[in-house]
Amino acid sequence: MNQNRRVLLKGSLAAGAVGAAVSAGLLTPKAVMAAWSKEAFEAKDTNAALAGAMGSSDTTASDKIKLKAPDIAENGAVVPITVTSGIDGTTNMSILVANNNTPLTSSYAFGPDTEGYISTRVKMGKTSDVIAVVKAGGKLYSTRKEVKVTIGGCGG
Amino acid sequence: MAKSIKLRAKAKDGVATVKCLISHPMETGLRKDKKSGKMIPAEFIQEVTCEHGGKTVLGAEWGSAISKNPFLSFKFSGAKSGDSIKISWVDNKGASDSLEGKIK
Amino acid sequence: MKTIANVLTAACLVALPVAGQASPESDLNDFRDHFYKKFPDTPKDDFINGVYSIDPASREQWEAFEEFPSYEIYIDKGEELFNKKFANGKGFADCFPNYEKGIRQNYPYFDSGSGSIVTLEGAINKCLTDNGEKPYKWKKGNITYVSAYLASKSRGNKINIKIPNDPKAIDQYNRGKKHFYAKRGQLNMACADCHYHYAGAKIRADILSPALGHPTGFPVYRNKWAGASKKGDGMGSLHRRYGGCNKQVRAKPFKAQSDEYKALEYFHTYMSNGLEVNGPSQRK
Repeated sequence: MNQNRRVLLKGSLAAGAVGAAVSAGLLTPKAVMAAWSKEAFEAKDTNAALAGAMGSSDTTASDKIKLKAPDIAENGAVVPITVTSGIDGTTNMSILVANNNTPLTSSYAFGPDTEGYISTRVKMGKTSDVIAVVKAGGKLYSTRKEVKVTIGGCGG
Repeated sequence: MAKSIKLRAKAKDGVATVKCLISHPMETGLRKDKKSGKMIPAEFIQEVTCEHGGKTVLGAEWGSAISKNPFLSFKFSGAKSGDSIKISWVDNKGASDSLEGKIK
Repeated sequence: MKTIANVLTAACLVALPVAGQASPESDLNDFRDHFYKKFPDTPKDDFINGVYSIDPASREQWEAFEEFPSYEIYIDKGEELFNKKFANGKGFADCFPNYEKGIRQNYPYFDSGSGSIVTLEGAINKCLTDNGEKPYKWKKGNITYVSAYLASKSRGNKINIKIPNDPKAIDQYNRGKKHFYAKRGQLNMACADCHYHYAGAKIRADILSPALGHPTGFPVYRNKWAGASKKGDGMGSLHRRYGGCNKQVRAKPFKAQSDEYKALEYFHTYMSNGLEVNGPSQRK
């Protein structure tokens, strides 16, 4: 487990919840080590999700983060997203969909040799800003892009 | 859960680009089964890790908003062709899988 | 005079099966020309990519999927099924000896013995039943995994559907052609309305795909089907899609592998002759 990960986790999960989950047999020991950020993923609000995942919701807009996402999603269930952080010392990244019921889609902790780059596919319930948040030097930076989700004709 | 992970990793100029595709339903727990009318229970991957040379190069935490049959790509330096990398995942039900592959 | 009369009779005999109609060859030329003129910017060999051959915005997303397409999971499953021996010790390779070189491009074909159309799915299930195995279901699941594997082996081969000069074959072709151009359902729309005349136009938020190149990418992994499936399995056969299309114009769909859809597939695939097989493929 790398150092950034531990920092990320420290503020995000009450030890009691993990213990309860373990005794209930819900988590394997491996998962306990990683301690999934339950509160952050269940938060209904972008700021609360960010605070849970990244330790704070105080972000500075940065054009050094490139967020590649379609203008109009062909299918909201599978929206390709690529985030590239051009900020030196990027340690963590979160990708959020503001208007999803629970905005946090995923969080990433990078090792010292890992580039600030993630490409994945996310679900979007409706038209929304996609927000990429990057942590570098303990500070948070973000960028956002609106992705339209439409109701299809025959294809969708 | 055998063979749920497909992995492609290529090294170029010391930087490895890793792409993986995982066969998983990524069920949110928020929708009903059309036939039975019952809620389909949540079933989604929560953790994905990638190890290289004994170090964790990426630790990912996912919620249920990652698409079905998830795709993940990332890059790290200090890798060369022939190196082993290990990808593993754990879902909310405690199911897990891992795959060790070579960087091309 | 006698000679001329003979020649005329012979000509009539040849022409009879398609009396009052164009030949498949001239149909094919007209069909291609229609799309070439409608989409002059699309390279002729790119129609195999469906709506992505005419819409750059959705193409970009599709290319992101193609980076690691979801159907690869199912090609693997298909390969496993394909290589599994039947109870009698035989396997699919005994039914499809040329599978390594690719066979997708030759299906569907007209079987003169039975006078009917043989689809790849039909041949897969015939292989199973001939060997005492239980056939697969027609529209999704195992049959699409095996056909995905066979299609993946056939990539780059050019669609090569033959319409022999046999009245029964011509009948099948014309039946499929009729299905394609006939209005149906409460919405009174033909396949051709959306995918020939109005290809490229918008239907709500969707862009209608050109019919040229439609069948080359099957079976497909549709994100829509994956979303509906509990396992996230988005694979489906061409006939599954036909059923969906018929339902969308509020017509009663025919059964997968019914004579009607087999005839439609025969016509529809013949119209893509010369295009490369690129199945399986991922679609919205």
